[in-house]
Amino acid sequence: MSEGKIKKVSIVCSKGSLEGVYPALIMANGARMEGIEASIFFTFFGLYAILKEYQDKIKIATVGNPAMRVPDAKGMALPTWMGGIPGMSAFATKMMMKEMEALDIPPIGEFIEMIHDAGGKIYACKATVDMFHLSLDDFCPQMEKVLTVGEFYELSAGAEIIFT
Amino acid sequence: MKHPVHFVDPVKKITEQEDKMPTREIAGATVDVNEEGYFTNPDQWTEAMAAVLAQEEEIGELTDGHRKVINFLRQDYKEKGVMPSIRRVKNAGGIPTKELYDLFPGGPLKKSSKIAGLPKPASCV
Repeated sequence: MSEGKIKKVSIVCSKGSLEGVYPALIMANGARMEGIEASIFFTFFGLYAILKEYQDKIKIATVGNPAMRVPDAKGMALPTWMGGIPGMSAFATKMMMKEMEALDIPPIGEFIEMIHDAGGKIYACKATVDMFHLSLDDFCPQMEKVLTVGEFYELSAGAEIIFT
Repeated sequence: MKHPVHFVDPVKKITEQEDKMPTREIAGATVDVNEEGYFTNPDQWTEAMAAVLAQEEEIGELTDGHRKVINFLRQDYKEKGVMPSIRRVKNAGGIPTKELYDLFPGGPLKKSSKIAGLPKPASCV
């Protein structure tokens, strides 16, 4: 580990649910607000956060999410069968987005734009791009480059690597 | 047998610290600041102080662009009672994020609020 103030962070975003994407974005934006260089490397399902068609359709996981409580954070644990009801995920997402809007946390598309305007770098994982048969057109304009893991490590020289 | 627990009252500790609030001399006046140098009383701020603070924060000469940000921050803080987030500066203030980072490089909201004589921003966004 390096001494003193953090100068550079390299954040990996590998999950595609709302609660999987936001931590990476908040970390990147927060880094830029502190004057720390930041890049986000989106891989696997995290890639949906930077695909222009899907970035504003990202949902909360209501199944397989044992921490989910309804109707608020201190409520009853949501049973799996209830989480699987059609529309439940969309509903939970809507409620969560309302809370975030009240705290001035932007939707994913706007957030990526803000991070990019703040000087943060947005990258996509080549292996996932190949696996999902994607092309450069599918990406939002802020995506800078499709990288291999080796290139990611080169770019992250001197940075704290944060895996989310 | 019960061990006596030495309980340090956290509220009392903080209040004691507040009683010894530091001050500083700037642009010919004395103002109250917190331990990080942020104004604890925004009404004590003047434009002349902004120029001094800008030099200290390595921003240099203040331009109209800088002043637009400072004015928005002060006005919004007065209206809302809380420091705006970068998103609010962009949407309500009409100052694009890229411009904000160009004007105040290296921690834009922290620097601009210090120069504007306002408290440290507390938002995570």
